[in-house]
Amino acid sequence: MLKIEGLKVNIGDREVLKGLDLHIKEGETFILFGPNGSGKTTLLLTLMGFGGYEITGGRIMFRGQDITRAPSYERARLGIGMSFQRPPTIHGLKTKHMVRLCARDRVVDPEELARKVNFEDFLERDINAGFSGGEIKRSEILQLMAQDPRLLLFDEPESGVDLENMQLIGSTVRELLGGGAQPEPGLSLKQAKSRKLTSGLIITHTGYILDYVNADRGQVLYNGHLCCEARPRDILEHIRKYGYQECVRCLN
Amino acid sequence: MKPFELNQFAFEGISHARIDDLSTISGADKERLIMSGVDVDEAGSRAGSFLHMDHGNVHCRSRHEAVEILDIKDALTKYDGLPGHFWTLVDPDKDEYTRTANEHLQGGYFIKVAAGAKIATPVQSCLFIKGQKAGQSVHNVVIVEEGAEVHILTGCAVANEQSEAVHVGVSEFFVKKGGKLTFSMIHNWGEHMNVVPRTGGIVEAGGVFQNNYILLKQVKYLQSYPTITLAGPGARARFNSVLVAPKGSYVDTGSRIIMDAPDTRGEIISKTITTGGTIIARGHIQANYAPAKGHLECKGLILGGGRIHAIPELDGRVEGVELSHEAAVGKIARREIEYLMARGQDEDEATSTIVRGFLNVDIMGLPDKLHAAIEKTISESEKDMF
Ligand SMILES: Nc1ncnc2c1ncn2[C@@H]1O[C@H](COP(=O)(O)OP(=O)(O)OP(=O)(O)O)[C@@H](O)[C@H]1O
Ligand SMILES: [Mg+2]
Repeated sequence: MLKIEGLKVNIGDREVLKGLDLHIKEGETFILFGPNGSGKTTLLLTLMGFGGYEITGGRIMFRGQDITRAPSYERARLGIGMSFQRPPTIHGLKTKHMVRLCARDRVVDPEELARKVNFEDFLERDINAGFSGGEIKRSEILQLMAQDPRLLLFDEPESGVDLENMQLIGSTVRELLGGGAQPEPGLSLKQAKSRKLTSGLIITHTGYILDYVNADRGQVLYNGHLCCEARPRDILEHIRKYGYQECVRCLN
Repeated sequence: MKPFELNQFAFEGISHARIDDLSTISGADKERLIMSGVDVDEAGSRAGSFLHMDHGNVHCRSRHEAVEILDIKDALTKYDGLPGHFWTLVDPDKDEYTRTANEHLQGGYFIKVAAGAKIATPVQSCLFIKGQKAGQSVHNVVIVEEGAEVHILTGCAVANEQSEAVHVGVSEFFVKKGGKLTFSMIHNWGEHMNVVPRTGGIVEAGGVFQNNYILLKQVKYLQSYPTITLAGPGARARFNSVLVAPKGSYVDTGSRIIMDAPDTRGEIISKTITTGGTIIARGHIQANYAPAKGHLECKGLILGGGRIHAIPELDGRVEGVELSHEAAVGKIARREIEYLMARGQDEDEATSTIVRGFLNVDIMGLPDKLHAAIEKTISESEKDMF
């Protein structure tokens, strides 16, 4: 699904990512850890193709295509979907309209999607106008449900979310990743396998999201390098016990 | 800037036959009227209609017993010169335009809504110019009696966008105790049109005046600065304007609210876009009593040339008033474009989405047909925007 090779990224004159290799397979969810300022968000925004993140080396392959230089709308149309941490307000653009716009040519029912994340009351509001932290999360997930991406990029799904909403967000993210809340009855094994597989790249500090998604791989971003590949829960455990510095030394 | 000489235009001499049934209007005129909010198939959708063409009235009819609609000349006869109303809120000697309106009274609408009547459908009026070198001068008076509510839609338009003409319009609005007047004005002018409205209004205790103004098409010269006085406790006024100035437009317009009583509220919100023209976006809130709350918001986008000069003014004259303003002139925020691009919109689609949001007029509560016509005009003018 996603293959990153030797990726180097500068913000201004500063090299933030210093040569990353990462491969995320179809249907796989990868968890990214790392201390504040280590470049996790930078990696996500670079994958989405934002301005200000200058790729000075390496390449990004997505579903067999080289997207290193592709504009972000092409990446979105190819199937990369990102949840923003601090999205801008767009005045006069109703949330309902935004949901339709995310779906592009497909027909979606904003009301029905909104019900899943308890967001019906916001459909008539301008997108992100005065949304609280938890509301932004639900709004982003709602848009992603409409967009139906093949690769989901999610920056700290648990930040600013209360316990009740965490459950809602966790299970919806799981659904987005194709895990489904329950296995759909009547689906044969073959049919289930032929369903589109969605991959995930999720950044977390707390690991709460691990209670909801099946993530079998994770790594730590440290000093611009990826290291310490292990099971996400083990990484979390090590960071908890020893902190990042020790963790990096130990797992290497 | 003085772009035209009044004496170049004829203020009398063009007359048209009466139009008893608006639905008989067809072709280009009909399209033009619809764009200006006039529903020619008005039975059922309007509480009354008034149409003034060039130098005189051609249609005047109320469809609601609580709504009186007259040509102003007839109203002056019927009400002995309308003492206490006519020329009380605008000074006839204010400038050469008001003097012209005073000298050449061609007509204009007189609309009175009876006390307590809440009119569900809008009253529509249109000041239409068809003649070349026509000088149109009208005088309008609106009286909303105590506790009454009405929405007046006024379209001011020129039939042919190539016509050279001038429109002078004096308007005086009276909202009595607890009344509510929503006044929506849609302008559709052309590249040789000069437009100089002169407007005053007074809102008594507990009354509400909501003004909506939409100008999307080119106009050579437009200058106006309506002033509303909140004269009684609890009175409120709100102005929403959406203006687009293409290349060749010179638009100097604003809104003024004088809060002349305690517990009043005033709000002025203007959104302006230039695509090559000049916009002077004024706003003025004056508070003479406390408590009084006023807010002025003035947002401008420069898309491919042009000038926006925002002049917000706040004048608090007593301790305890709360006045604020927010003005921004600039370009579309890169972050907003990037956000939409991450959802699959290319740069042009994203820009269009943001501009349409910026020009969104949902808040004005306009009838569906007009709303659709406005959306259409916006999408047509988008090609000039970016
Ligand atoms: N626009 C910018 N201009 C300058 N420096 C930036 C910019 N954006 C990010 N940086 C810097 O790049 C580094 C990586 O930032 P990034 O946001 O990717 O970190 P992060 O790993 O997501 O951290 P956190 O866990 O705190 O979210 C930081 O030192 C940050 O200050
Ligand atoms: Mg971050």
